[in-house]
Amino acid sequence: MASTIRVRASATGDTTEVQALIQHPMDSGYVKDAKGDLIPAHFIQQVTFECNGKSVFVADWGTAVSKDPYVKFSFKGGNKGDDLKISWVDNKGASDTTTAKIA
Amino acid sequence: MNMTDTRFSTPRRLILQGIGAVALVGLGNIPFVSAAFAAANDKYPEDAFKAKTEADAIKALYGKPAEASDKVKLDAPEIAENGAVVPISVTTTLTDVTSISFLVADNPSALAASYVIPAGTMPSVANRIKMAKTSKVTAIIEAGGKLYSATKEVKVTVGGCGG
Repeated sequence: MASTIRVRASATGDTTEVQALIQHPMDSGYVKDAKGDLIPAHFIQQVTFECNGKSVFVADWGTAVSKDPYVKFSFKGGNKGDDLKISWVDNKGASDTTTAKIA
Repeated sequence: MNMTDTRFSTPRRLILQGIGAVALVGLGNIPFVSAAFAAANDKYPEDAFKAKTEADAIKALYGKPAEASDKVKLDAPEIAENGAVVPISVTTTLTDVTSISFLVADNPSALAASYVIPAGTMPSVANRIKMAKTSKVTAIIEAGGKLYSATKEVKVTVGGCGG
């Protein structure tokens, strides 16, 4: 299966801008399905971003983050061709990891 | 300028002392646990996300109150047509930023997202959050061990938390 993480990382000078889009339902636990039953909460809790093995960004998310979450940030020190490793883990213990090259 | 300074110096000093005393009394109630929070930075702050109110969430996350600052630039729409996807971003001119958090006061749980900013990462984050109804949105920035915040009211026409 294709990765749930889509990422675009581009370096301009010494600054790398990272945009990540993750496919995830991010169910809040407050929404009911067609039968009127509550859909249990199912959401990403933590996303970590590492560049060359060094943590550059950690996102802690609650249920109030939108479905298919998007996040944008930038950091200094990344170079074109460097590896950017992104991992997430949700409240049910599921996880995914991908590694992108900085363009 | 000098003249007014001398003329008003006594009452001003008294007022300043008064403010200082109030601030000290206020701080006395809050346990000094910020060091413990900083150490556990990489751990998922479960309690903070479970907190219902904005004040409880800030307390669970940082253990101290935030002060409003015009150095925190919160960018949020005036009106969000769809509460399920509200684009929010924050940026700041503050330096030494270690963490950025977003809170929605009237959501079932106030804390929406919290980001750890290691040294070398820009203090600027954009993301999309859900809002149950029209509410105040607050961004909190932790810089140099202190908390700074900016708040904006976002009107929501269709809620994002419930059917």
